[in-house]
Amino acid sequence: MTVDLLAKYDPLIAEHAGLLSTGIRDPFGIVMEKVLSPTEAIIKGKHTILLGTYNYMGMTFDADVVAAGRQALTDYGAGTTGSRVLNGTYQTHAACEDALKDFYGMSHAMVFSTGYQANLGMVSTLAGKGDFIILDADSHASIYDGCKMSNADIVRFRHNDVADLEKRLKRLPPEAGKLVVLEGVYSMLGDVAPLPELVAVAKAHGAMVLVDEAHGMGFFGEHGRGVYEEQGVADQVDFVVGTFSKSVGTVGGFCVSNHPKFEILRLVCRPYTFTASLPPAVVASAATSIRKLMTAHDKRARLWEATRRLHGGLRARGFKLATETPESAIVSVLMPDQETTALMWSTLIELGVYVNMSRPPATPAGVFLLRCSICALHSDEQIDIVLGKFEQAAQMAQLALHEHA
Amino acid sequence: MTDRATVYARIIELIEPLNLKKVALTEATTFAGDMEMDSLTVMDLVASMEDEWDIMIPLNMLPDLETIGQVADAVAGLVAKKG
Repeated sequence: MTVDLLAKYDPLIAEHAGLLSTGIRDPFGIVMEKVLSPTEAIIKGKHTILLGTYNYMGMTFDADVVAAGRQALTDYGAGTTGSRVLNGTYQTHAACEDALKDFYGMSHAMVFSTGYQANLGMVSTLAGKGDFIILDADSHASIYDGCKMSNADIVRFRHNDVADLEKRLKRLPPEAGKLVVLEGVYSMLGDVAPLPELVAVAKAHGAMVLVDEAHGMGFFGEHGRGVYEEQGVADQVDFVVGTFSKSVGTVGGFCVSNHPKFEILRLVCRPYTFTASLPPAVVASAATSIRKLMTAHDKRARLWEATRRLHGGLRARGFKLATETPESAIVSVLMPDQETTALMWSTLIELGVYVNMSRPPATPAGVFLLRCSICALHSDEQIDIVLGKFEQAAQMAQLALHEHA
Repeated sequence: MTDRATVYARIIELIEPLNLKKVALTEATTFAGDMEMDSLTVMDLVASMEDEWDIMIPLNMLPDLETIGQVADAVAGLVAKKG
């Protein structure tokens, strides 16, 4: 007799089927038939405003970024068919790492094939047997998976809680190696970490610090390096991890650092070594985008303007939001339960607005969210249309709105 | 000196307010199966045990701790190791 290995997913299969039996569209099965711009697509034949893409700086269709990718595709071919440490490092990959070094003002940069692999690789390789990884409870799945893959002992502290981090660090043996893992922006609620306080506590207890700036790159800090730059702790952070699949507008992950021994990681970091490198077109696009983001001051200003407009507009209409003020370019609407969230999400997509539906276990504290991420290219008109649709959808989904003083 | 019996008794006290299904708490009671505790409740419980004895229970240890008895063994061990 063969045991069906998929039987363990029966409860989830039933839950998902139950959700769809109410007649709503599958929140996890959207197909973009045409992508018109960073802010618009055709979904099921309908013109849709995209408000859940993490395409913060709208670089996906930037003419220079597209041209660089096209040129590299012509010059270097469709793919490398190889690991970064064998035949998979082309001039384009080296140029992309140079762009990162310039962008971050750091001496080393390592490009991974995805952001997930960057966290997986860095966390699991930095901390080994006998070391400790201390991570925020709301950390991204890639950080948790990196912890699992390492042989280190894993300690979790309460989300953004400086006192709890300190309490936990105090219990660790002073002589042990320690890696504190933080994120600049936490992607579910869109809240920002108090990095100066957290980093100071980590350093006081002899820990090295890694900050994931996936959702902060491009528009936090003078050079767009992230929350750690904006909050003035650049000289205290040992490793910065990031991604090309958000502000940069393509795909890939990276780590930058000033650590003098950084280069050895290329030989010992398995998610870097044992996978094929990114296609030349992707890294060429990324390098061009990164260099343009260095000076994208107008776009940054515009992104914050559009974010404030959405956050303020939703609040004024009585939606409950995850943060009192807009802390990042993620605006999360708190929802009461799975049913209402799914209905509201489905109504919005029928009305031509795409946002992310987020639910446990991806979300912290068991909350249900409709998560919006804003793009610098969203016009005021688009934001106003979205606000109107949200109001309309709330009525149709019978979502209770709250009056604001 | 904190012996295992004392540790076990205190763990039961810490679990009681989180035992929403009011299942009987014994050495063999499981957290996920019998008590249906979600991961957040488990995190709170772990934190309260850590504070109680000023110990550190690493996250990677949790998958092996399915029953109250196993947790009592582990905590008693960590307390003893602390000296």
